[in-house]
Amino acid sequence: MKTPDLTKLDTILERHEAAERSLIQVLQDVQKEYRYLPREAFEKVGRHCGVSVARVYSTATFYKAFSLVPQGEKLVRVCAGTACHVRGAGLLLDELERALSLEPGKTSPDGKITLKTVNCVGACAMAPCVMIDGEAHGNVKPGEVVTLVKGGRRDAAAD
Amino acid sequence: MQRLTSPDALEKLRAELAGKRQAIKKTVFVCCGPGCLANGSRKIADAIGLQMEKQKVDASVGYRRCTTGCHGFCEQGPLVIVQPGDIFYCKVKPSDAATIVERTVKGDELVERLLYLDPGTKQRCKAFTEIPFYAKQTRVALARIGTLDPTDLGNAIASGGYASLAKALFTMKPDQVIDLVDRSGLRGKGGGGFLTGRKWRSCVKAPGDRRYVICNGDEGDPGAFMDRATMEGDPHCVIEGMIIGAYAVGSHEGYVYVREEYPLAVEYMQLGVDEARKAGLLGDNILGSDFSFDIKISRGGGAFVCGESSALMRSVEGKVGEPRAKYIHSVERGLWDQPTVLNNVETWATVPVIVQKGVDWFRSMGTKGSPGTKAFSLSGQVRNTGLIEVPMGVTLREVIFGIGGGLFKRRTFKAVQTGGPSGGCLPEDKLDLAVDFDELTRAGSMMGSGGMIVMDDRACMVDVARYFTAFLVDESCGKCVPCREGTKQLLALLTDITHGNATEDHLARIEALAATIMQASLCALGKSAPNPVLSTLKQFRQEYLSHIEKKRCPAGVCKPLTRFVIDEETCTGCGLCLKACPVDAIRGEKKKPHTIEPSKCITCAACREVCPVDAVEVAS
Ligand SMILES: Cc1cc2nc3c(=O)[nH]c(=O)nc-3n(C[C@H](O)[C@H](O)[C@H](O)COP(=O)(O)O)c2cc1C
Repeated sequence: MKTPDLTKLDTILERHEAAERSLIQVLQDVQKEYRYLPREAFEKVGRHCGVSVARVYSTATFYKAFSLVPQGEKLVRVCAGTACHVRGAGLLLDELERALSLEPGKTSPDGKITLKTVNCVGACAMAPCVMIDGEAHGNVKPGEVVTLVKGGRRDAAAD
Repeated sequence: MQRLTSPDALEKLRAELAGKRQAIKKTVFVCCGPGCLANGSRKIADAIGLQMEKQKVDASVGYRRCTTGCHGFCEQGPLVIVQPGDIFYCKVKPSDAATIVERTVKGDELVERLLYLDPGTKQRCKAFTEIPFYAKQTRVALARIGTLDPTDLGNAIASGGYASLAKALFTMKPDQVIDLVDRSGLRGKGGGGFLTGRKWRSCVKAPGDRRYVICNGDEGDPGAFMDRATMEGDPHCVIEGMIIGAYAVGSHEGYVYVREEYPLAVEYMQLGVDEARKAGLLGDNILGSDFSFDIKISRGGGAFVCGESSALMRSVEGKVGEPRAKYIHSVERGLWDQPTVLNNVETWATVPVIVQKGVDWFRSMGTKGSPGTKAFSLSGQVRNTGLIEVPMGVTLREVIFGIGGGLFKRRTFKAVQTGGPSGGCLPEDKLDLAVDFDELTRAGSMMGSGGMIVMDDRACMVDVARYFTAFLVDESCGKCVPCREGTKQLLALLTDITHGNATEDHLARIEALAATIMQASLCALGKSAPNPVLSTLKQFRQEYLSHIEKKRCPAGVCKPLTRFVIDEETCTGCGLCLKACPVDAIRGEKKKPHTIEPSKCITCAACREVCPVDAVEVAS
């Protein structure tokens, strides 16, 4: 893995109060900027928030929002909430695993796509739901999920 | 917006805004709640805006387009509402924008085909108030959602926002506010149903240098979206509630903890706080009084356990979200070990309404033990999915069949899941149960935060129990052994059952293990973790036994225990299943009964989903 360019880290830290309470918020912003938490950033983050590197590490591994390995350019999250579960989210996941040859939680070798599940995005009325880079798609059917993920349109209704 | 330095200034602004509103001829509301957004409603909002400009019915001549939070009837989304007249258009497409603007905005006609068709009366409903889904609700916390632009403080003020704050600050002493909330009998809507007034009073009595108020917007229950809809649809009612609460308990600093999976809620709450501060409704000397209070937004990191009060407070402090033992009460030693009041989003949103309308009004709704209303997110295998609010004490039947419109054609009701991973499944014979905190707990489920997931005959109760247990294994913080290891073993036992590797002994082991987990876990996550298993085991024991003894999953969900066959008599030979099958396991000629080749079948159930006559069955 090549060393990430950490110049943007300073601007992130400037935005946050130098206190322990900022730790999670700082990590959120780092994750957003780099699509993961580069190990190289931990010392600086820890110093800014006044906590040890071990504490940064434990926080980074406790919360689901953070990843220690780079995420794909496109993030596909199949909602695994209860409503989605009973309305066939499992079938969508099976279909994507098969078509992308990816297990949930993994990123494709070319770094293009990450497949994940998420515990409910709050679009339960439109179950089952798939989030592609922050955009929610409701009532997704197994036959169209791959097209949708590859950037295609599923039907005219979405025009 | 100018800084408001007195309650009079607020009222003057309100009158001014109301005057401006009167001059508006028509407003087109486009729902951009969670459901409609997932259905592409942003594109519709853009198309309507474009058409209004094109057809010259824009703001300069007294027309308005407004994007709102969740209007409620998600199933029919994307929704467009035109006022005046409560005109309700459903399943709108961007290509409908031109017609809506031309006929209903510019002209005064209805677009018949976009009106809701009542399946009962077979009539189209002109106004949403005529639709049973809405007519049977009582909206208190959700009253303004769907009627205003959540990003505009002026909208909230014009609709009565912050009037309760002014009333509390200038006509009531802090203790009177607590007394009012206490007498109203308001119970926390985050799941536990704790009396809000009592909680506030305990906080005031506790010694401390500072006091904090926190809004719990973590909403980790899978299958619940009331809090998301509230924060995204009417952030100011939450903020107003928090300021009133802070005034009552003497706090000057508050936090809103929002889960990171809700980026829009984070954005709108932050915007709401910033706008309120600019207007002098937050910060120093609120509305010119000598009370000062400010709010910070704290984004969660994606951990269900952080909805638990003590874990949430650790998370706000920047630590990992591990709960504390219960003998430390967070009202006494909460955030940074100071007295802290934590309430749920909906609880906060209800406070201003109680201050405005009083105890008698509030108590006129609901039951004696649970006064007022409760919001639910209705989802699963029910026709009318969406966001609803009803008086406490209505029956589950009324919610699911009255408001929810019942199940889909040819499907039968099997269970309703409430209370998320801490709750349980209730069967048909519990449908006449009154929905309130105590009744649901007595029946072996719980109210929870308000997720209500309807399940039909194609849901397997063992699978549902396994689903929640897997969720909890994933979400256990790992601090205490009974929860961390116990839930894991529980999952292993359940997996044995769903894979056909179980003996009858498994049920006894599950029950024994469940008792230990409930007794010995540190926080309520572990203490209630066995609920989904125990409630299904109690209500649907036969289904467990079928998995164990007959190695058959009657619902056709657990793959190793399911074999699908096509019923010769029922099959019409339409060929839909043949097309849907991803592995070519179905044979048959047009108009002749089809068959499934067992060696090829992967039990994906695609054929069963598409069959129009329910000919695909689980083999006995
Ligand atoms: C594991 C766990 C998760 C919880 N998640 C939430 C939640 O997402 N939202 C919420 O308001 N309360 C949640 N609670 C309940 C809170 O601990 C707390 O009781 C509640 O926020 C208090 O507010 P209320 O009195 O207004 O209900 C959770 C509790 C537990 C044990």
